[in-house]
Amino acid sequence: MYRSHVLVCGGTGCTSSGSQQVINTLEAEIKKNGLEEEIKVIRTGCFGLCAVGPIMIVYPEGSFYSRVSADDIPEIVTEHLLKGRPVKRLLYEETVDGDNIKSLNHTNFYFKQNRVALRNCGVINPENIDEYIAYNGYEALGKCLTEYTPDEVIQIVLDSGLRGRGGAGFPTGLKWKFASGNRGQVQKYVCCNADEGDPGAFMDRSVLEGDPHSVLEAMAIAGYAIGANQGYIYVRAEYPIAVARLEIAIKQAREYGLLGKNIFGTDFSFDIELRLGAGAFVCGEETALMTSIEGKRGEPRPRPPFPAVKGLFGQPTILNNVETYANIPQIILKGAAWFAGMGTEKSKGTKVFALGGKIHNVGLVEVPMGTTLREVVEEIGGGVPNGKKFKAAQTGGPSGGCIPAHLIDTPLDYESMAAIGSIVGSGGLIVMDEDNCMVDIAKFFLEFTMDESCGKCTPCRIGTKRLYELLDKITKGQGTMEDLDKMEELCNYIKANSLCGLGQTAPNPVLSTLRYFRDEYIAHVQDKTCPAGVCKDLLSYEIIADKCKGCTACARNCPVSAISGKVKEAHVIDKTKCIKCGACVEKCKFGAIIKK
Amino acid sequence: MKNKLEVVPFKGTPEQRAELDAVLAEYKSVPGALVQVLKQAQEIYGYLPLEVQEIVAEGLDIPLEEVYGVVSFYALFSIAPKGQYRISVCLGTACYVKGSGDIFNKLSEKLGIENGGCTPDGKFSLEACRCVGACGLAPVMMVNDDVYGRLVPSDIDDILAKY
Repeated sequence: MYRSHVLVCGGTGCTSSGSQQVINTLEAEIKKNGLEEEIKVIRTGCFGLCAVGPIMIVYPEGSFYSRVSADDIPEIVTEHLLKGRPVKRLLYEETVDGDNIKSLNHTNFYFKQNRVALRNCGVINPENIDEYIAYNGYEALGKCLTEYTPDEVIQIVLDSGLRGRGGAGFPTGLKWKFASGNRGQVQKYVCCNADEGDPGAFMDRSVLEGDPHSVLEAMAIAGYAIGANQGYIYVRAEYPIAVARLEIAIKQAREYGLLGKNIFGTDFSFDIELRLGAGAFVCGEETALMTSIEGKRGEPRPRPPFPAVKGLFGQPTILNNVETYANIPQIILKGAAWFAGMGTEKSKGTKVFALGGKIHNVGLVEVPMGTTLREVVEEIGGGVPNGKKFKAAQTGGPSGGCIPAHLIDTPLDYESMAAIGSIVGSGGLIVMDEDNCMVDIAKFFLEFTMDESCGKCTPCRIGTKRLYELLDKITKGQGTMEDLDKMEELCNYIKANSLCGLGQTAPNPVLSTLRYFRDEYIAHVQDKTCPAGVCKDLLSYEIIADKCKGCTACARNCPVSAISGKVKEAHVIDKTKCIKCGACVEKCKFGAIIKK
Repeated sequence: MKNKLEVVPFKGTPEQRAELDAVLAEYKSVPGALVQVLKQAQEIYGYLPLEVQEIVAEGLDIPLEEVYGVVSFYALFSIAPKGQYRISVCLGTACYVKGSGDIFNKLSEKLGIENGGCTPDGKFSLEACRCVGACGLAPVMMVNDDVYGRLVPSDIDDILAKY
């Protein structure tokens, strides 16, 4: 028995900000103080509040330390762990209220959240199967194998209303049903899409890092439901921590007989193999992913036949995303009605969003479907920092669109998002403020899709390139009003004619910015200005003579000597020499240099 | 960003060749093992020049064109050698809206190389990557395994000076 448990986040975000050093120092200090029999240190998955990492929680008190550095550890060990006095100065500020210390669940960040897919992230040690089992792990699999027929399992998933969390939102139970024919007569496969390619999204990675067994358990349940005995997880090689934890989890599950032959003493056998993705965004598309598992160029193929009929190695296959799977064990244990009780009429359950960009609480949040964007951005996310104004939120990454400020009360669910020209997508939610140029953002996404287009079909390969060129022209101030119409026409053409989801959704960032920020495009085209001050070719830097003190800092730091002036007199920028690098703005202490 | 690749003569050793031959022998009869084999080949040589692709094609009895097709398709595989210090700047959306594009341009200008390039002395190579997952630290860059976060362009000189 330990009297205290210290949980330290070992997710990618916190590891990048030094949580491993924190753990090492913590263990050394605990040993030095002779506390190793009393206090246990556990490396968990993601807590979600990545912005203030590395994160550490001390139980049973639940004291929440944020931005912990290894240097703080000796003090925390001697004061808190030895003497029982939490070091208030180092606690997450929102949990400290005078002499009281609030529980984490009462902070703005966690209060409105409802963690289903993330329930074990930041709670258990993902490298220890016993901890997962202690939280009802593998109970759902046991229940399915011993109490339900495969068709009953499919019915529960159907009744729950669960829809694919990877982006398309297809009903999961229906997918399973399509693949359920001829059980026991043909070889079938269960695949997991863990190729989270949407830049700025990290929901799936956090589940894999924090709770890998939930995915394994759900895949085995899916295998039982459709009659498959083999599973594949296609995971990005760029996620080393997730890969390592999956390997450990698979090994432990096999040792416990939870994967392998005759699971729970029944005649159901199921095993899982990992396949590493080699970095191609298009491999998130289901047919491309399966071609890639087969060791080929990950190019998509036309559907039908759908994977439920002809998938991996030509056999019936189901493919679900990580977050979708993470919901399954809970649905089995708590029932379809419980799950369907959350969310909206057509979008059931919860959704995990990776909150990033210009927002205070960068991190991972899980909220019931239908929570408004305002609640997520302002309440949970803590709003836009530095007193700037919220301009738009981009959802769904390169396949999605943006939600402008006047639609901030839109509920986040499949139908409402589609109605305003965006998508829930896989859950990336990037907040932008007035300093972000929407034309530049559209160009950024097009550069991405152009790069990642596999080249198999013409509308996507050539269409995205032409679209990118038009955007590039506009950001350089060479666009015409006809270009805007041409872009719209091209967008619709690419959408209608591309082979796979990558191409069909590639124009969305352009269409949605054209729809909501057309005036910004027009400013670039007609006035040759970039209102947000981002597009370099349209900017010019100027020194405001009244504010300039003549300190010469700008002139000394200008790489091309474009600034001249005498000491203690106002300086001037020679616009013909200026390369618009912005070095002068950074160095000016008086805010005397503006770009417009 | 154009990929400008330096032409560096291939310097494979007999030891590396023996290692690769062992891998090829292991996977020769496994269907669909090409990606797996190329991954290991890249671990052995550090990159996948045409010479290595030829060995793989012959070893697995696959047309070279198919091998090249797979190598050029996946971002993980590199035809050009990497520097001693691999710099990758995250150009994921969360980092981009916080200014990682400026960080990348500054590095490119300082080192005189473009995306995918390597300095002539082989010290630094530069690449843009998609989301390293440290969105809380945006904008982020990595030098080998060291992560640098919450960057502004003026931090670059100090970081490069450490190597």
